[in-house]
Amino acid sequence: MVYVDEFPKTAKLVRGQFLVAFGALAIGALFGVIQALHRTGVFRGFVSSADYYTLLTGHGVLLALVFTTFFIAGLFGWAVSNSLDRELSQRLAWGGFWTMLVGTVLAAVAIIGGLIGAPSILGHSLKADVLFTFYAPMKAHPAFYVGAALIIVGSWVAGASYFKSLWEWRSENPGERIPLRTFMVVTTMLMWYISTIGVAVEVVAFLIPWSLGLIQNVDPLLTRTLFWYFGHPVVYFWLMPAYLVWYTILPKLAGGRLFSDPLARVVFVLFLLLSTPVGFHHQYVDPGIPEGFKFIAMTNTMFLLLPSLLTAFTVVASMEHGARQRGGKGYLSWLRDLPWGNPAFAGCALAGLMFAAGGFSGMINAGMNINYLIHNTLWVPGHFHLTVGTAFALTAMAISYWLVPQLTGKQLQRRSLALAQPYVWFIGMTLMSNAMHRAGLAGIPRRTAEPTYDEFAFEGVAGTVGEMRLQIAIGGFLLFVGAALFLIVMAETFLARRGGTLSVNSTIPEPLSGPEHSPRILDNYKLWTAIALVLIVIAYGPPLASMIADGITAPGSPPIPV
Amino acid sequence: MQVHNFEKIWLGVALLLIVGFIATIAYGSVGAGISMVDDSGGTISAQAVQSGETGTGFDDPGVVKQSDDHYVVYVVAQQFQFRPGSGDNPIRVPADARITFMVTSPDVVHGFSITETNINTMVIPGQVAEVSARFDEPGTYGLVCHEYCGAGHHTMGGSIEVVAPSNYTAQQQAVDGEVSA
Repeated sequence: MVYVDEFPKTAKLVRGQFLVAFGALAIGALFGVIQALHRTGVFRGFVSSADYYTLLTGHGVLLALVFTTFFIAGLFGWAVSNSLDRELSQRLAWGGFWTMLVGTVLAAVAIIGGLIGAPSILGHSLKADVLFTFYAPMKAHPAFYVGAALIIVGSWVAGASYFKSLWEWRSENPGERIPLRTFMVVTTMLMWYISTIGVAVEVVAFLIPWSLGLIQNVDPLLTRTLFWYFGHPVVYFWLMPAYLVWYTILPKLAGGRLFSDPLARVVFVLFLLLSTPVGFHHQYVDPGIPEGFKFIAMTNTMFLLLPSLLTAFTVVASMEHGARQRGGKGYLSWLRDLPWGNPAFAGCALAGLMFAAGGFSGMINAGMNINYLIHNTLWVPGHFHLTVGTAFALTAMAISYWLVPQLTGKQLQRRSLALAQPYVWFIGMTLMSNAMHRAGLAGIPRRTAEPTYDEFAFEGVAGTVGEMRLQIAIGGFLLFVGAALFLIVMAETFLARRGGTLSVNSTIPEPLSGPEHSPRILDNYKLWTAIALVLIVIAYGPPLASMIADGITAPGSPPIPV
Repeated sequence: MQVHNFEKIWLGVALLLIVGFIATIAYGSVGAGISMVDDSGGTISAQAVQSGETGTGFDDPGVVKQSDDHYVVYVVAQQFQFRPGSGDNPIRVPADARITFMVTSPDVVHGFSITETNINTMVIPGQVAEVSARFDEPGTYGLVCHEYCGAGHHTMGGSIEVVAPSNYTAQQQAVDGEVSA
C-alpha cells in the first residue's frame, strides 16, 4: 500500500509543506543567480548594487530558513507517521504549518518592500535589508522580526505533533525500542528547541520592542551572541534531516541495509549534546569576548567533528554493502555497481561526497587561529554552499524524487530531467565553491555587491581573480539550472494524473545490526537533554553573565535604518 | 553494544585527528604566540564615538607613537569609510615596529581586515577591538570592511602604507575633517 493511501491526512500536510518549500526554493534560486551574475560583473542589469543586499537577504532567508524549515517539517512528518504507523496529530501539525506560513509571508513582504521603494507601513519603512543574520543595530521593519519569530514558533508547534505521536505510540507499545527514524526526529527536535531559545530571546525580548521604539537601545554584542547561540545549531537542524535520509533511506536505495542502528543513535545523541555549546566559534574575531571562552567553544566544535566522521563511515559502509548485494566486487570497483541511474540515489550520494569537502573547509573555520585568514571572506559562503546548499539541499531534492510519488500516488514525471539534475548541481557547485574558497584565501570579502575597491586590488594565490569570477558565475548559473530542472519535475509530478505502478515504497529494511544491540540508555531523552543543558551553561553562562553585568542593554545602540 | 572492528579503528583515528587539531591550535596560541581578539579593548559608548566626545584617541583618530618600537593606531569604522584609511588618507605605519590597532564603530557592525595578513576583526558598536601585529615588509596593504553595513558597504575600503622605518616621520597622523556620517 502506498503512503498516501495509508496516511492520507499526513500525506496532505506533507504535500502542503513541500509546496511552500519548493516555492521558497524557486524565488531563492532566482535571487541567487542574479547575485552570482551581479557580483562577478557578468551581467549587472537586474538590480543596483544597493538593491543587491535586498536580494541577498531574500536569498538567505528564503533558502536557509523557509525552504529548509518547511522541507524538514514535511520530511519529519513522513518519518514519524511512517515509522510509528500512525497519522500525526492534525491540529498541532496544521497549527504549526499555518503559523510558519504567516511568518514567512510577513518576513517576505518586509524584504520585498525594499525592492519596491520601501513604502511606509505602520510608521516604519517597509524594508529588511539586514541579511539572514540581522545584526543589530541595523534595523528592519518590525514585520520582519515578527515573521522570523513566527517561523520559529510554528516549527515548535509542528515539533509538538511528533512528540505527541511518540507518547501515544509508547503507551501502546510499552518496553519497545523507539523506531530509528522517530528517534532521529525527536533528537533533532530536542536540539532545535534548546538552540532556538537564543534567537527567540533575541527577537522577542530585544529586537521587536526596539524596532517598534518601545525600548531605545540594545547591546549589539549581546544580541549577536544570542544569534550565534542559535546560528550554529541551526546548521545541524539542516544536516540531521539529511543524515536521517542517508542513514535510513540511502542504504535501501543502494540495494542494501543500514550498517549499524546503535551507532546511528549514538551519532544523533552526540549532536544533541554538542551542537549548541559551539556558537562562539562564529565569534572568534569578536572583541568583547575573552579568549578562554573562545577556546572552550573551539574544543566543543572540534569534538562535533566526531559524529560527522562516524556518519562518513556508516554511509560509505552501507553503500558498499548495497553495492555488494548487487554483485559489486573489489576494493573500489564496487562503486560501479551502485544505482547511479536512479536520481534519488545519485543525488544523495553526490551530496554526501560534497559534504566531505565541506566538512574539511569547516575544520579550517573551526580552527581558532587559521580562522583569522578566512573569517568573513568568500571562503565562508564557499563552505556553506557545500553543507546547507548541497549536503542538505541536494539531498532534499533527491529524496523528493522518491518521496513525492508516495505522497501523491503519482509516478515521477520527466525522469531524464530528474536524473540529469543532481549531476548539473554537482558540476555547478564544484565550479562555484572551489572558486569561492580560493577567492577567500585571496582575501576577497563575502556579502558585497562589488568586490573591487578604489584603494587597492586583490591578487589570487592560485589562479587569477578574473578566472575565479568566471567560475563563480558559471557555477551559479548551473545551480539555477539545477533548481529549475528540479522544480519542473516536481510541478509535472504534482500535476500528473494518478495511475500506473509506483517504483518506490516506504518500507525500510532491517539494519545489519539492529536496535536490540544498542543500550537502552540511548533512548533516555531526559538524561541527554539534561547533559546538553549543563554543557550549554558551562559554555555560555560566564560570557553571558559578563555581557549583562553592565546592564542588559548596555553598551547600547539605537536603531540605524539601512 | 556491538561495534564492528573497522568502526572501532575509524573511531580511534577520528578522535586522534580531533585531539591533534586542538593540540596544533593550543600550540599556535602558546608556542607560536598567535593571540586572539579578546575583551582587552574594553567597552565604549557608540554615541560618544559619533559625537567625538569619548576622551580617548578615537576623538582624533590616527597614529600615536608610544615608543620607537610601538605605535597605536586609532581607527573609527563607520558607514562607509575608515578614519583614517579610506580614500586618499591611508594609515601610514613603519615596518618592523609593533602596531596596535584600536578599532571601534559609532553606528553598525563593520569588519576590519587587512589583506595578505591575518589581521582580521569584527568592529562592534560599544566594543573596542584591539589587534597587534608587526609588518615585516614595506608596501601597500588593502583594508576591507567585510561585514555588510548598509547600502554603500561595497565602497568601504582603505589601505595601509607600511613604510621603511628610516623613511617614517614619527609625528602623529591626524585625520582632516570631521565625522561625515
